[in-house]
This record gives sequence, C-alpha cells and structure tokens, in this order.
Amino acid sequence: MQGSREQNRWLHAWATRWMIVKTALAEKLAYRGDFALGTLMRFLPIITQIFLWWAVFESLSPQDPTSGRISGYSFHDMVAYYLLTMVGRAFSSMPGLSSSIAKTIRDGEIKRYLVQPIDLLSFLFWSRVAHKLAYYAVALGPFVLVFFLCRGCFTSGWPDLLTLGCFIASLILSFSLGFYLEACLGLVGFWMLEVSSLLFVYMLFQFFLSGHMFPLDLLPAPFDTIVNYLPIKYLAYFPAAVFLGKIQGAALAIDMAMLVMWVVFFYLMSRWIFARGLVRYSGFGG
Amino acid sequence: MSIIQIDQLTKSYRVYQKKEGLAESVRGLFRREYKTVEAVRGISLGVEPGEFVAFLGPNGAGKTTTLKLLSGVIYPSSGSASVMGFVPWKRDMEYRRRFALVMGQKNQLWWDLPAQESFRLHQQIYAIDRNDFDANLSELTSLLDVQKLLGRPVRELSLGERMKMELIAALLHSPDVLFLDEPTIGLDVIAQRNIQQFLKHYQEERKITILLTSHYMKDVSALCQRVVVIAQGVLQYDGSLSGIIDSFSGSKVIQLQLGLQQSSLGLERFGEILKTDLPRVSIRVPRQNVSRVLAEILNNYTVDDVAVEDPPLEEVIASLFHSISESTSQAS
Repeated sequence: MQGSREQNRWLHAWATRWMIVKTALAEKLAYRGDFALGTLMRFLPIITQIFLWWAVFESLSPQDPTSGRISGYSFHDMVAYYLLTMVGRAFSSMPGLSSSIAKTIRDGEIKRYLVQPIDLLSFLFWSRVAHKLAYYAVALGPFVLVFFLCRGCFTSGWPDLLTLGCFIASLILSFSLGFYLEACLGLVGFWMLEVSSLLFVYMLFQFFLSGHMFPLDLLPAPFDTIVNYLPIKYLAYFPAAVFLGKIQGAALAIDMAMLVMWVVFFYLMSRWIFARGLVRYSGFGG
Repeated sequence: MSIIQIDQLTKSYRVYQKKEGLAESVRGLFRREYKTVEAVRGISLGVEPGEFVAFLGPNGAGKTTTLKLLSGVIYPSSGSASVMGFVPWKRDMEYRRRFALVMGQKNQLWWDLPAQESFRLHQQIYAIDRNDFDANLSELTSLLDVQKLLGRPVRELSLGERMKMELIAALLHSPDVLFLDEPTIGLDVIAQRNIQQFLKHYQEERKITILLTSHYMKDVSALCQRVVVIAQGVLQYDGSLSGIIDSFSGSKVIQLQLGLQQSSLGLERFGEILKTDLPRVSIRVPRQNVSRVLAEILNNYTVDDVAVEDPPLEEVIASLFHSISESTSQAS
C-alpha cells in the first residue's frame, strides 16, 4: 500500500515535470521567429573568434600559421577547443535566469509559485530544460554544419567510448551546475532586489575563468591552480578538455567527482538561500 | 468550528527611509535610516465555513497583508493563524491544494499561451482527475461565457476576459477557501457585474469560504454578508454591512418634496442641506434629532412627500476611514 502510494507520487512528480517541459516548450515556440534568429546569431562569434586566433598564430609564425603552437595548442587545436566550448556553453549558459528570478521576487510574481502546490526551483529547472531543448532543435543544424566545415581541426578524430560518455555526462552536469549557480545569484534578489551588477561581475569572471575565451591551461601559475579549484571551469573548459583527451584516467575521475560535488553544493545552496529568502520575504509588489 | 481562525496576528516590515535630494541619496549609501511599519497589528477573527467575508479599508490598511499571511506567502511577526487546520506559512502541499489566491493585479496564467494550456498544467499540478477537470472547466467557462476564448493567447485578452480566466484557473481544483484581492480592479462596470454575479452564484452553489478585499462597495454589497473593516492594521469593525451604518453613521438623510408654493428658506437650521432641487430638498440630520426635526418641518412647511434614509454606504465608509486616520495621526 505504502509502496504503491510512493510509486503514484513518483509518477505524478514526473508527469508534472513533463507537463512543465511541454508547456514551456510551447511558450518558447510562440515567438519562433525571434527565437530562431536569436539562436542563429549566437553562431556569429565563432567566425570572429576563428579570425582572432588566426591573427594570433599568424603573428607567431607568419609563414605558416598552422604550424605555430601556444602552450601545446596549434591553430587547429584552438579552433577545435573553441567549438567544443560552444557545445559546453550550449548546456551550461542560462541566459536571463538570474535576472528573471530577481524580477519575479521584486514584482511579487513569486506569490504564484508559493501558493500553488509546486516548487519554484524545480519548476524553473524543468522550464529551462524545455528552453534548452528548443534551442538544440534550432541550433543542431548550424552546429553540425560548423563541425563539418571545421572537421579538419579535430586532428585526433573521435574520442573512445569512455571519454565520449564522460563528455556527455559532463555536459549534462554542467547544465545542472550552471542552473543552480545562477539560481543562487538570482535568489540573492530576496536581499538586494536588483542583481544586475552582481550578475555583471559574475559574467565577467565566468567569461575569462570558465575557459570560454581561451583554454585555461594557458594561464600562468598560480592562476591555473586557482582556476582549477573553482567550479566555473566546468561550465566550458572541462567538457572541451575531456573531449580532446586532455584529462584522462584518475584525473578525469577526480574531476568528474568534483563536478558532481559542485552540482550538489549549489543545489543545496540554492535550496538554503531560497528557504532563508522566503523567511525574509515580505511580499514586495503588492 | 471556524475554517479560518486568526489570533493576534501581527506583521511589521522594516522600510528604508529615503530622504529627498541627491545629497541624501549619497548619505544613504553609508548610513540608512529604517522605519518599522506595522502593516497588521494584532488582528483576531474567525470565519465559519461557507462565509463570504469582505475586508474593507483604505489603501495600506493591512487587508492585502492579511490575505498574504493567510495564503502563506509571508511569515507573521507574531500571532497565529489556522486555515482548514493548516498553519498557512508552513506552506504544506496539502494546504496549497485546498485553497486559491487571486490577485487582481497579478497574473498566474502563461502570458504568451492560450489559457487552455495553463489550465492543463494546473490539472497536472493540482492532480485533478480528468473527469472532474473536464466538468469543472466546462461549468466555469460556460458560467463566465469564455468558451470561445480558451484558444486565444492570454496577452490578446481584455482585462475583464483575463480576470475571468484567472478565476477559472483558481477554481479548477475546487478549493475550499478562496482569497480574492481586488478581483474587479480596473474593470469596467459590465465586467465588474459579470464577475460579481459569477462569484455570487458559485459561492452559493459550492458553499466555499471566500475572503474578498475590494475598494468597490458594489462588490461588497452584492456579495458579502459580513464585513470586516481594517484600518491602520487594526480591526475596526466586524459585522453586517448594514451594521456599519448603524455603528458609524451618526446621521440620517431626510428627503423632502415640498408643496408647490413652498420655499426652502430656513431649512438649513435643521441640518446640513445636501441638495436643493426644488421642490426636492435633502437634509442631513443628526440621528437623535430626526423625529423632532421631522415634526417641526411638517408643522411649519407644506410637504407633499417625505422619506428618511440612511446616508450612502460609500459616504459612511469614507468618513469612517477619515475619522480613523485622523484619530491615529492625533495619537501619534
């Protein structure tokens, strides 16, 4: 009896999550033109980034830029790395999440989640899953095209199955990490109401220290060590490094475990901030 | 046994006191002055199952704060409350399945989607049985006459249509208790009346308990048997609507229809002349003087018709709020 009730509850919880995903997907597709254009525009920086690295390598060896190396990275490695961080960020970046949470608190819209039998963080998580699914549906074609055009940059070919498995796991975990990390920032809105400056500082650090701008192993000591202990490297650098076989064996296992730990840490942290924030919450916005 | 029981409920906020001017803004960066605002001050009351109660009070009186406390959105500073046996601010999932909160200025529907899709999500969230859902939706949409609007994105609906959809979303799971915070705010007269009629019918049919805040006396007089007046966070009156007039209005209005040649000269000595539109004259007279004044007028003037009425409810409420705010400002 107890078991079947538990099973029903479990089934209901998953059916609810699925329903949230479906509804949020439908909402995302309501503005399909704007959404598709926005998604495609995110591919533009690839071109500028490739030209930038070409210019850097050209200045190193003007005769044959493809032969030069920076800390072990050739031009092709750099392009391959950059494309892979694009994939990582397609999972871990959470555009508008923190600011929308803060706005929900500031405008009082949060009341809707507090009176319904639903958990705000879970609701936002599954809505974000839907947004990502919609994004992948639009971005898959361009991604395949870009990777096809740049296939020559992946000099070592496809990684082995274990590495590929770890790469996929790291992408999924980086989604969760990105979500809970930005949720924590958004929930600071219970105290600050406006979190845009905080978010700006975070984005600045994230841009450089997640490996989005350049591979983190280019950083000089002691910054490389410091960055290695920070969670944001898992948002872009880590999945790319796994795919390229830069982290293997015990180091890979430790890093995967650290990633899981950071996800759990920020999950618990977001729960804690949410619970504390609710106690403080005075129902702004009438 | 009360379905809602509130005892000595208090809620105070700490609010940053920003002074005017740039210099004060800069000073505020380093040193801030806070003021404690007591939104609700020791309110106690009980509501029986099936009652339709109106919360009246001027802006900032503490009505909405009380509704927020009862729906568990905020924690109280002190005191206790129980709704259907639940402590609201513990936000028990079972409690959330059994009540609903509708705020006139807030949206719980997905803005870019047809209301139908939000309703489906509600069905899932509240675990509403498919047959119950279909029956409830069909009943509510036909009562509110919005069947044809279910497929239209919410952003394209008028304010009145949107409020109807909000009510449907709130009632799909057949709550036992409904909190309505100014549900007719900003609506035109027809939309207001439609929603009043719907609420009246639905409440009589289902016997659910409803707490309503509204600034429209028409909402209150059309719907509620019981009125609770809150001002400055304190409960000022709890009783019937007509009782407010008895308790707070010290005057009556005498409506006279004077004879054809009769002048209204001298009538002002009996009380305040509210309106002169000969041969009709309205005079406000202290309640205790009514019979004496009537006798004198009838003796000295030619009167074709006479009626003694209570002053308009809006007027009584307005003067009640005014006197409360005056007495509070004097006290402080």
